[in-house]
Amino acid sequence: MARLTVEEVDHIALLARLTLSDEEKGLYAQQLSAILDYAAELADIDVEGIPPTATVLAVHNILRQDDIAGVSIARDDALKNAPRTDGASFEVQATFDNKDQ
Amino acid sequence: MEYEIVIGMETHVEQNTASKMFCQCSAEFFGAEPNTHVCPTCLAMPGALPVINRRAVENAMMIGLALNCKIARHTFWERKSYWYPDLPKGYQITQYEYPIAYDGYIDIDVRDSASGNWTEQSYRKRVRIRRAHLEEDTGKLTHIGGSSFVDFNRAGVPLIEIVTEPDIHTADEAYAFLSALRDIVRYLGVSSGDMEKGAMRGEPNMSLRPIGTEPFGTKVEIKNLNSLRAVRDSIEYEVKRQTEVLNSGGKVHQVTMGWDDARGVTVTQRDKEEAHDYRYFPEPDLPPLDVSEEWFESVRKRVPELALSRQDRFTQTYGLSAYDAVVLTRDRAVAEYFEIAMGGIPARAKAAANWITGELFRLMGSAGVSAGINAVKASPAQLAELIEMVENKVVNINTAKSVFEEMFATGQGAKAIVDAKGLAQISDTSALDKAVQDALDANPGQLKGYLAGQDKLFQFFVGQVMKATKGKGNPQIVQGLLKDAIEKRRLSV
Repeated sequence: MARLTVEEVDHIALLARLTLSDEEKGLYAQQLSAILDYAAELADIDVEGIPPTATVLAVHNILRQDDIAGVSIARDDALKNAPRTDGASFEVQATFDNKDQ
Repeated sequence: MEYEIVIGMETHVEQNTASKMFCQCSAEFFGAEPNTHVCPTCLAMPGALPVINRRAVENAMMIGLALNCKIARHTFWERKSYWYPDLPKGYQITQYEYPIAYDGYIDIDVRDSASGNWTEQSYRKRVRIRRAHLEEDTGKLTHIGGSSFVDFNRAGVPLIEIVTEPDIHTADEAYAFLSALRDIVRYLGVSSGDMEKGAMRGEPNMSLRPIGTEPFGTKVEIKNLNSLRAVRDSIEYEVKRQTEVLNSGGKVHQVTMGWDDARGVTVTQRDKEEAHDYRYFPEPDLPPLDVSEEWFESVRKRVPELALSRQDRFTQTYGLSAYDAVVLTRDRAVAEYFEIAMGGIPARAKAAANWITGELFRLMGSAGVSAGINAVKASPAQLAELIEMVENKVVNINTAKSVFEEMFATGQGAKAIVDAKGLAQISDTSALDKAVQDALDANPGQLKGYLAGQDKLFQFFVGQVMKATKGKGNPQIVQGLLKDAIEKRRLSV
């Protein structure tokens, strides 16, 4: 039975950029644990001799030519979802450009 | 204490495909108006699906082959999840478990850092390549005041990330490695390799360890390097800084340092408080890639002979100097121009090299030909014709230079210009002898002086004959005729 700690919930919340109340942390610790338990049922399946698979799709090598089609959209449309904009770019709260790639 | 420097290099190469990695937006981002090359796929709109750009995959295979890597016959895509405003999907599509290319190496020539020349201290060394994989680039952030502005034109442009083993041990080796890698991506035509424009971004991971010891020291990563020189300078600076820290009993912290080019120092970038937790998993929106033997072969055939191999061939087979070989091979188009101009004739190699690195580069420079040697009107076959005319003494070297200027300006052939302007050298002795006799007759004073021992007046007579023949006299024949004629007159005086 998986038991997620509050610290682990904190970490997951940070990765998802969510702010949680203490009450929510307790609730999600329980709910996430239940989800993990459900997924853990897969561990009971015998996969001896079966190679790991990355996809269940029957297709492979779906490629396109390197050409430009008129898929780009108007900037005004692109910026409709921006939290804020100067008319040219998406404006967000200042970040420091020091992330890893 | 003495320390050994250990450097592994991570390099991102921005591909020069027409379209992005997973959508058909233009991949041109440098100088484009912000957010004009974006679509639902690269903006991560719900429901939009990626489709793989074939050329981007083949470019990565070519780089892998040029770096002597094995090419994966089966690979798939993975999601690398992290949160940052320049990453619209909240994850980057990349290759993690199965990179398209792996286990390779590159040979590099480590030259004198000041002159760039091959000296007694220079050496060739091998740097092992751990992997080269495909991924998509992020958007570009501009920070102004309390805000960051995001431009997604670059989001989704295909990148190749190349990771070396920790085989680099000096700043000069790091410089030589990146310089060789830049030459390779340019040769392959897969990227401009322009570090100033961010089309190639090298990030050294470096540590120091006491000489003779095994365990690696604490790793420091350097970022924000916009030129080969910045790579060398920043490593030299970090070596000095870390040596001082260690020698004073301190500890090097595992951080990312940013290079401040204006001040020539590295600055600690904000430490990441959270541990990386990228949660890689297979990309469900993209089918896996299988590289058939047929596909592999068709790509392999497109990998040209690379600069280093050409340099060796030019020095060993054609007898060129190492310097000439480097200058002629840096640009693949120049190397190919040279090979056509010399026509595979080793005896003609030096002449062809001199024409290209001398006259041609000079004319290109003063005419401002920035599009490269392929934009030059004078074809290499025409230069070959001109070189042959000089060899056969149809024209002398000075005439040939003015003919070449004409070829460069008009694209006309050498022979056509020589014929049209009547520039062919006069080797006919009877025609030249008349000019010789005239020169002696017209200048009795100078003849007297020469006969009295003023040897340098000989050149005066050569000049008179050349003037009379409008520069077309074969200089060797003119000199021979002059000597004979003067001796005859000496006897008759």
